[in-house]
Amino acid sequence: MSSYLERGARGRIPAIFDAGSFEEFLGPSARVVSPHLAQLDVPVSFDDGVVVGRGLLGGQRVFGAAQEGGFMGGAVGEVHGAKLVGMLGRAIDEGAQAVLLLLESGGVRLHEANAGLIAVSEVMRAILDVRAAGIPVIAAVGGANGCFGGMGIAARCANTVIMSEEGRLAMSGPEVIETANGVEEFDSKDRALVWRTTGGKHRYLLGDCQVLVADDTGAFRAAAIAAIEALTGAARSGAAALTLDALQAEQAMLERRIRDFGALAEPMDIWRQLGVPDPAGVSMLEADDFVAMAAGHRAGPVTGDR
Amino acid sequence: MDWQTLASKLFPGGHDIVEHDSFLSGSGQVDAGAGADAAARTVAVIGTTGHAPIGIEIALAQAQAVLRTVREHPGRAILILVDTQGQRLRHRDEMLGINSYMAHLGKCIDFARRQGHTVLGLVYDQALSGGFITSGLIADACFALPQATIRVMGLPAMARITKVPEDRLTELAMDNPVFAPGAENYLRMGGLQAIWEPGPGVESTDAAAISLPDASASSSASASASALASALAKALAQVEPTDRRMALGEARGGRHMAQAVAQAVRTGGDVRPA
Repeated sequence: MSSYLERGARGRIPAIFDAGSFEEFLGPSARVVSPHLAQLDVPVSFDDGVVVGRGLLGGQRVFGAAQEGGFMGGAVGEVHGAKLVGMLGRAIDEGAQAVLLLLESGGVRLHEANAGLIAVSEVMRAILDVRAAGIPVIAAVGGANGCFGGMGIAARCANTVIMSEEGRLAMSGPEVIETANGVEEFDSKDRALVWRTTGGKHRYLLGDCQVLVADDTGAFRAAAIAAIEALTGAARSGAAALTLDALQAEQAMLERRIRDFGALAEPMDIWRQLGVPDPAGVSMLEADDFVAMAAGHRAGPVTGDR
Repeated sequence: MDWQTLASKLFPGGHDIVEHDSFLSGSGQVDAGAGADAAARTVAVIGTTGHAPIGIEIALAQAQAVLRTVREHPGRAILILVDTQGQRLRHRDEMLGINSYMAHLGKCIDFARRQGHTVLGLVYDQALSGGFITSGLIADACFALPQATIRVMGLPAMARITKVPEDRLTELAMDNPVFAPGAENYLRMGGLQAIWEPGPGVESTDAAAISLPDASASSSASASASALASALAKALAQVEPTDRRMALGEARGGRHMAQAVAQAVRTGGDVRPA
């Protein structure tokens, strides 16, 4: 096992892509840094917290990005967002087989407030441009900072979301909710509650994450290859793009979710209602055992929004 | 400006927009000029009012309205009226996956665009972060009224989170569009295509229209009406479905690097300063 969570962006890329195959666009030697941080006396990073480029993944030509949680929590600023948008555009220009996004981000970089907000919306549109071009987009979430804010939305614009149990996927962070509405609303110090609410196992049971893996770079790599395989090839031609049928199925799934679980207050109550035999024991299960247990109990279409 | 006043000014030819729990939906008749056929003159309207927090229900209601428009009125333009305090900050929304509801709304709007529906956003009151990103900011182009409040968060909260003193942020916000809220700054950064001037005397007209619907008020209201109605008609005729915001931000001097960096990555070139 080689922990995905404990690696930074530059450690994940070579562990996920085929060895030695990844070529970075506008790497650190280009020294393209945020134009906004210096005036706030905040240190800059020569990659602005994101690696973008192209490589091989299981022999397929796959474009990719990895956000660096160690730099401002992976938050999206003007340059960071523009690198993602440029890579996504190039994936279309060069006819990539797929795009793999290793997401770890708090969302909009507040130090670049307005520029960060517009940038995240540009990333969302660029992801959907890639899908409209028939190229599948896979998002992986397994870093210590989770995937929040606008990037939590962007992740769900992908065809497939791969998470580890330790990965967290949501919109507003627990601290933000606690600050706004009090500790009774969401106790951000209650780590077990935070995990039950935003963690990979809950997202997998709800149907917002299509693949749940152990915190292991090999497992993420294998899941990414399998997801791309499932979305490409002659039989799946056009499967990456949005369709009215898929969106109507997603609409129905999200309506069902409110109807079935909208009155419940605790994620374990949702799991119980889904038929999970021992909700309190879910946190103890290893990834493989959890996936085996969850079979037949997951809400929503198993294939996500494809 | 309240949504009823706005709607009457945007659609002097009439509208059937209704409000349910802060969610707006319906359609309006655009003044598209002589010769336009009836279908081209009708615009679908979705939106929110009362600074609504965008929770999972209202996101889903908006998505439903977009999908219905795609199914029942192919090609009909969609206008998103934005007034929100941002995403709803509740444990229940997060537990049920509010990011998926927001993404679903964004995907529905994006799908409509690709099916040939022109999609416009209009911030007529307030727009904040998460509530804005899958409404106005995912439209083909977003517009705002001059008094609109647009921001990520207030400067005091930004100071607390970034650990940058509020005084420093306030000082920077005076001439740096990145930090300061407001329509003008989003225009400079390319986030807005244009600001729609409702015409002279709009504030007093609003007050008069609500409390004193006398003859002078209605005559100035109709003058304002034509300004917004023609801005809408013009936008519908001109807006393109490609994302031009980086180029606009560069040309207007509000975002110097985004366009150059994205181009350098896309073409394998160097970043040239704007």
